[in-house]
Amino acid sequence: MEGVLNQLPIGLSIGAVLLLIALGLTFTFGQMGVINMAHGEFIMAGAYTAYLLQSVGFLIALPAAFGVAGVMGLVLERLLIRHFYGRPLDTLLLTWGVSLVLQQAARDLFGAPNVQVVSPTWLRGGVGILPYNRLFIMALAVLSVVAIWAYLHRTGQGRRMRAVMQNRRLAATSGINTGRVDQVTFFIGSGLAGIAGVALTLIGPVGPTLGTYYIVDAFLVVVAGGLGQLKGAVLAALGLGLLNSYAEFWSDASLAKVIVFVAIIGFLQLRPQGLFVLRSRALS
Amino acid sequence: MLSVEGLEAGYGRARVLFGVSLEVTEGRLVCVMGRNGVGKTTLLNTIMGVLPATAGSVTFEGRDVTRLRPDERVRLGMGYVPQGHETFPQLTVMDNLMVTLEASPHRDPTALEEALEVFPRLKPLLKRPAGFLSGGQQQQLAMARALVTRPRLLILDEPTEGIQPSIIIEIEEAIERLHAAGLAMLLVEQYLDLALRLADSFVILDAGRVAHSGAAEELRGEQVHRLLAV
Repeated sequence: MEGVLNQLPIGLSIGAVLLLIALGLTFTFGQMGVINMAHGEFIMAGAYTAYLLQSVGFLIALPAAFGVAGVMGLVLERLLIRHFYGRPLDTLLLTWGVSLVLQQAARDLFGAPNVQVVSPTWLRGGVGILPYNRLFIMALAVLSVVAIWAYLHRTGQGRRMRAVMQNRRLAATSGINTGRVDQVTFFIGSGLAGIAGVALTLIGPVGPTLGTYYIVDAFLVVVAGGLGQLKGAVLAALGLGLLNSYAEFWSDASLAKVIVFVAIIGFLQLRPQGLFVLRSRALS
Repeated sequence: MLSVEGLEAGYGRARVLFGVSLEVTEGRLVCVMGRNGVGKTTLLNTIMGVLPATAGSVTFEGRDVTRLRPDERVRLGMGYVPQGHETFPQLTVMDNLMVTLEASPHRDPTALEEALEVFPRLKPLLKRPAGFLSGGQQQQLAMARALVTRPRLLILDEPTEGIQPSIIIEIEEAIERLHAAGLAMLLVEQYLDLALRLADSFVILDAGRVAHSGAAEELRGEQVHRLLAV
């Protein structure tokens, strides 16, 4: 019984990390139709930022990783992706190539073997079945979701972002500079992936291919939750995290993946549009 | 004020406009007419920069805007209400207006109140998501949103299409009032009698070219009816 309970914080914290990753993806996919395969490497960049800054302080790594990954996303959007808007398959190949280049760059910079970030002492231990490091990750995700919600619903820039997501052409003819909104979205989405990277250093080693382990699951969250939907991403991420860890607990790692994929395929047969979708008279 | 010269545009290889020229002078209401598929919406989209012009030019208040983005044209004073009463469905009515206000160069909140004076029906609906409004209410919101930017030229694409008759009257009255207040307008309208009532002059498109243009009185001619008959 204790084993079953122990899986709970593991599943929830993995769900929290998936959520941080999926938030960025769901916005860039929902708003720009961009399938960004290099998003996983922003996680990796965030994790290495934490590795480099571990002597300075763990909390400083959070904004730093946000900035590093965010700027990487911004540069990617400005240099490459914006020339491929409206061509999702080309973008997919392009960003996959960027992803490979970034992984190799990490190998050249930090070496191929994994490195370990030493968790700060105040995150060791825990209360009952809840380890502090996993609690911290969950808190981080909750804070990020609240911040994103407030940004989207309480600021002018967030309002513009929602407008562009709902009707890009109408936003442009309403006077909104959609290119600038896209840049901000890319910066924030990539930055969140960087935060996810810092979170991952608390529960495992850091390597050049760190992002590839999470990017597929994060895309599953996006698809299952519904495009561009905050609520959907939260529920799908937690569901997937829990399903993953319990499937792993009762079987093994590879069978768990099969179970998760079958579950997602079954779910999408029932609800191809995901948990939540834009619904209104205008679209019906 | 708005001057379109030899405008050409299309979708991929399919050309739709073959050298359209027209003029909207200060405070005038020009109506673009023609049968379905002759390029009316394409013309407006090209004037606003939603579609790139492959040849020709668009000049607004003496400035060549042919290569500007749509949002830059809006900030210069061109307001656009596209076809099909489009809104941001998940934003509230208020947010629909706010998002346009914040993107406008003046950011003057009184512009919002002025727009609501033109369409008072929207006032009790400010907190509703725009997607749940009726088609007629959405069209009024679409027009109010364009007014919030305080345009000097308002471009309207079939504002009465698919809308219940009671609201058509309100929209018509609003257009008349705005016109009387001196706002220049470029209007695409299918209904001849509506166009006759509102327009100072008209342009009839046929197969991507200007087939006829002139003052509103000439619209009654036989040749004109032939161009508009389905």
